[in-house]
Amino acid sequence: MATIPLEHGHQDAAWRLPSRGTVAMSCLITAESAIFTIFVVAYLYYMGRDVQGPTPKGVLEILPVIPYTVCLLSSSFFIWLAERAIEHGKMAAFRLWWAVTVALGLAFLYGTYAEWYKLIVHDHLTIGTNLFGTTYYSLVGLHASHVIVGLIMMLFVLAFSLFGAVRPEHAYRVKTLALYWHFVDAVWVVVFTVVYVVSRQ
Amino acid sequence: MRMRPRSSRWFHRSSSAVAVFAFLSLLAQASLAHASLPGSIFAPHSTPAREEHQLSLFVLVICALIYIGVSALLIYALIRFRARPHDNTEPPQVFGSLQIELSWTIIPILIIVVLFLGTARVLFSVQDAPEPPTALDVTVIGHQFWWEFRYPKYNVVTANELHLPLSTQADPRPSFLKLTSADVMHSFWVPQLGGKTDVLPNRVNEMWMDPLQTGLYVGQCAQFCGAQHAKMLLRVYVDSPEDFDKWIKNQQRTQAELAQPHIAMASMPSPGNQSAGPVPPNSPPTHGAIAATIPAEAGDAINARNGQLVFEQQSCISCHAVAGTVANGRYGPDLTHLMSRVTIGAGAALNTPGNLEAWIADPSTFKPGCLMPAMHLSDRQNAQITAYLLTLK
Amino acid sequence: MADQSLPVGQRVEAALDRTPVHSGRGTYLEVVHSWIVTVDHKKLGIMYIAYALVFLLVAGAEAMLIRIQLIKPLNDFLSPFTFNRMFTMHGTTMVFLVGMPILFGFGNYLVPLMIGARDMAFPRLNAFSFWISAFAGILLYYSFIGGVGLSGTGSAPDIAWFAYAPLTEKAFSPGHTTDYWAIAILASGVGSIGTAINIIATVFCMRCKGMTLMRIPLLPWLYAVMSFLVLVAVSPLTACQAMLLVDRYLGGHFFDTQAGGSAILWAHFFWIFGHPEVYVLVLPAFAFANEIIPVFSRKAIFGYPAMVAASVGIGFISLGVWAHHMFTIGMTSFGNAFFTLSTMLVAIPTGIKTFNWMATIWGGKIRFETPMLFSVAFLFQWVIAGLTGVMLSISPWNWQLHNSYFVVAHFHYVLVGAIVFMIFAAIYYWYPKMTGRMLNDKLGKWHFWLMVIGFHVTFDTMHFPGLLGMPRQIYTYQPDRGWNTLNFIVSIGGFIQGIAVLILVYNLVHSYFRGEDAGPDPWDAWTLEWATASPPPAYNFAVEPEVASRRPLWDLKHPEDPDSAFE
Repeated sequence: MATIPLEHGHQDAAWRLPSRGTVAMSCLITAESAIFTIFVVAYLYYMGRDVQGPTPKGVLEILPVIPYTVCLLSSSFFIWLAERAIEHGKMAAFRLWWAVTVALGLAFLYGTYAEWYKLIVHDHLTIGTNLFGTTYYSLVGLHASHVIVGLIMMLFVLAFSLFGAVRPEHAYRVKTLALYWHFVDAVWVVVFTVVYVVSRQ
Repeated sequence: MRMRPRSSRWFHRSSSAVAVFAFLSLLAQASLAHASLPGSIFAPHSTPAREEHQLSLFVLVICALIYIGVSALLIYALIRFRARPHDNTEPPQVFGSLQIELSWTIIPILIIVVLFLGTARVLFSVQDAPEPPTALDVTVIGHQFWWEFRYPKYNVVTANELHLPLSTQADPRPSFLKLTSADVMHSFWVPQLGGKTDVLPNRVNEMWMDPLQTGLYVGQCAQFCGAQHAKMLLRVYVDSPEDFDKWIKNQQRTQAELAQPHIAMASMPSPGNQSAGPVPPNSPPTHGAIAATIPAEAGDAINARNGQLVFEQQSCISCHAVAGTVANGRYGPDLTHLMSRVTIGAGAALNTPGNLEAWIADPSTFKPGCLMPAMHLSDRQNAQITAYLLTLK
Repeated sequence: MADQSLPVGQRVEAALDRTPVHSGRGTYLEVVHSWIVTVDHKKLGIMYIAYALVFLLVAGAEAMLIRIQLIKPLNDFLSPFTFNRMFTMHGTTMVFLVGMPILFGFGNYLVPLMIGARDMAFPRLNAFSFWISAFAGILLYYSFIGGVGLSGTGSAPDIAWFAYAPLTEKAFSPGHTTDYWAIAILASGVGSIGTAINIIATVFCMRCKGMTLMRIPLLPWLYAVMSFLVLVAVSPLTACQAMLLVDRYLGGHFFDTQAGGSAILWAHFFWIFGHPEVYVLVLPAFAFANEIIPVFSRKAIFGYPAMVAASVGIGFISLGVWAHHMFTIGMTSFGNAFFTLSTMLVAIPTGIKTFNWMATIWGGKIRFETPMLFSVAFLFQWVIAGLTGVMLSISPWNWQLHNSYFVVAHFHYVLVGAIVFMIFAAIYYWYPKMTGRMLNDKLGKWHFWLMVIGFHVTFDTMHFPGLLGMPRQIYTYQPDRGWNTLNFIVSIGGFIQGIAVLILVYNLVHSYFRGEDAGPDPWDAWTLEWATASPPPAYNFAVEPEVASRRPLWDLKHPEDPDSAFE
């Protein structure tokens, strides 16, 4: 069978294309950013417009949020360590840093649970209480659901790596997932600022 | 590989014919639109409508010129550069031209600048016009599927048919409307008096109009609001100053002055329409003296007195108001001066005794999906209520 | 045709893969199974297109019912409840179950072929996206028989295709009409985002050797821009539908005006999706024009770099014009002015593209085959559609025209006059590639002329009831408004278009069995999809192509005058 040859060969040398995983994950991040933007806009638009019920200033405390924010944001550092480890073929280090990342993510989720427990049981703030309740639980909940999805994927990778099925040639796939995790952390920076800093003024 | 060149002279002629026909028919029909059909936006009778109309003509001319120019070039190209039969050679390949491409970037930019400046002038002059002290204030409240109108300074509440005073150069009396909704989104549109303004719950929008000619102007709701969006009609009567004052005075009268003395609460502060003092239109009635004077049941005779009894004992009053009586429901239209209106059901039917009775028996005869249920009263009761309503002039 | 001095046919054909595709078909069940489990972009593309054509007939029937009801005033052919369902479903189906799938179908089929790739970047994601979109359509139509609606039986959505709040809140839409709408479209949105990711990854990461980004045909370029818009625009729709469901089922107050919520917020969110959505629909139509017009004018597209820049520009500007759907909602005069200006600005790159098409035709040797007939009609109609769009951008005039039949006429001029006409052109152009058969030419001409006549009778006329004050989405109208004859004419045109579409459907089926053999390159075209058999083998190209210009087949057929010398 024949090609459609026009110029032979001299294209081969430098023909490089971007990697599919990175492009695709960047596209997904773009789409997810748009979704988060809409929820953030709704939260900001409705700030101060409650007819009744608890307000951010009244029930949100910034101090308890800080430790588990630190957990989540530092998990980005640890997953970066894990990416570097697998790139250099250090599988034991990879497994360690990956497990630390997962643990930190779970700690963040626990923090969210603790805070929601307090808000629902003690402050009687639910998604149906007022505008603040609706927008708060939607926004923070949307973020938490992304954390959960990320953790599930990462637990799969952790399980596979414990069985020895993850090898250095999978570094690329791991980096694609890590990109998603960095996005989740970046979103938390925005959500934290909007909810715990701006709206408590 | 194959090509099948076709001799398509007939096509070119017909393509130009199609383009020309489309354009001419557009023109012809545009002139039709100028005839003052009731809702034509090309027959403006108020300043905002006039300004919008003039701007529209300006834009229409520019767009028509653009279309004629572009389609002329295109028709010419299609005819001149068609493939001749049995010619299998390729034409010279031209990949672009900086000068040409720049020109057709710059010229549209200039056209847009002109269009935008013309638009901005009208936009700001209409939307941001200040309210003069002679203006009439009207509050418009959209409901599923009827319109409530209030004149705060006159303490008048009415429904579906809006009366506005004439506004002339000598005696300017524009009407400034505040619009809101009691339920979903609606839109207030009377084309000959101005553009439409959406009517939203939990928000007050504003618009103004200065009707320059007396007469009846029609419109309707212009934002889909549910089953009977199509029959949420508007009638705006522009009255001379004298007629308008007469109408207002009539609307201000309560039915206490008209109803049977032993039922009327003539000495009570009347709810609803008020002319005595600054009582807000929605004040609850004072019930104290009522129980003492209402008889236990309506009799059999079909008359207004019995009708009022039925009206007040059945759940009509939970939705409707008649000023000067116990009826102070606000969910449905205010009926105090029902007989001063030409239509019922927001334009769904003419206001005749027969239609009125049919409406009361089952509104979905005229307007299926409207929110007034069939009350399943007896024919006698329907006739009695009708007799009563006929007295609400 | 090629220069006479060179027997080109021989050269190209010798380079082609002629492996017969349909050897050993297998049983009926095996064939069906292979289509259900396929991840081949060509099969998925064809399934998208077939699915869309089925829904085109369904939504077209809904349109016919609408036009029968409106053919005379105070008609009682349909109840108001049924009518409201008809126009809601007509709009929703046409946008989400016809427009998006058929355009994704063509993109799926053509993008890998045009860039010399073997398949899309993520074939399994491709299959998932198709099947979830298919599920969405079935769910939406299940609403006709499922659940309880406002008036008792069947709860097909009746809230208009843009589902304004608070009409969609539980208080005003009890039952499940809104839920079918929200969940089905949400699912279809997931499929759209998946395909968009796939298209972008394919265009950027799967090009054959030598095919730099400035050498890919304009179709993949426009599909990449369109996919970017899908990512950024469909997501807000997903978000606000999720918010609506939170309101309806979790007691939320996003659009609950009693609790201080806002109806205007829904409008903003919806149109932040809705406006880019129409560019999502129109950019592929432009892509088809970019491929078809040059081939039938026998000239390269005029101003390729400007076309790329204009398309990207349209993509970005279209993100900033959404509130021109909301000029009457009560924004400040500054807000109205801003969106007037941004909407006018989008006319500039659009004009550039239109003029470039005209310049491509200019100096060419135009062949009026059926794809070109539809493309020529598209050009005239697109100019009118764009101009009525400019008229609508004039906010004070918009205060009269908004939500009237003028708007309906304008957007049908875009959706039918531009997009559907180019889809028809694409069908006639690429059907031979997909099936190996030519569509019947005579039937094609009948289809074309009936479509042109019907389209103009309906949609030219439709502008006038709008100018005479007729709002949209009304199940009937008063007889004394001067709209009667106009509506009658509009309805007649609708029936003519229905006949035209039926002719097309017949042609599609008939030609599959009895059409002339097409061969690999029936139109003497220049992009890579014509360099393989019709239909292509599963692997597309036996050996990965290598290109040196934007028109690799032109270079092959005209070695004395290759594009690579000029680019």
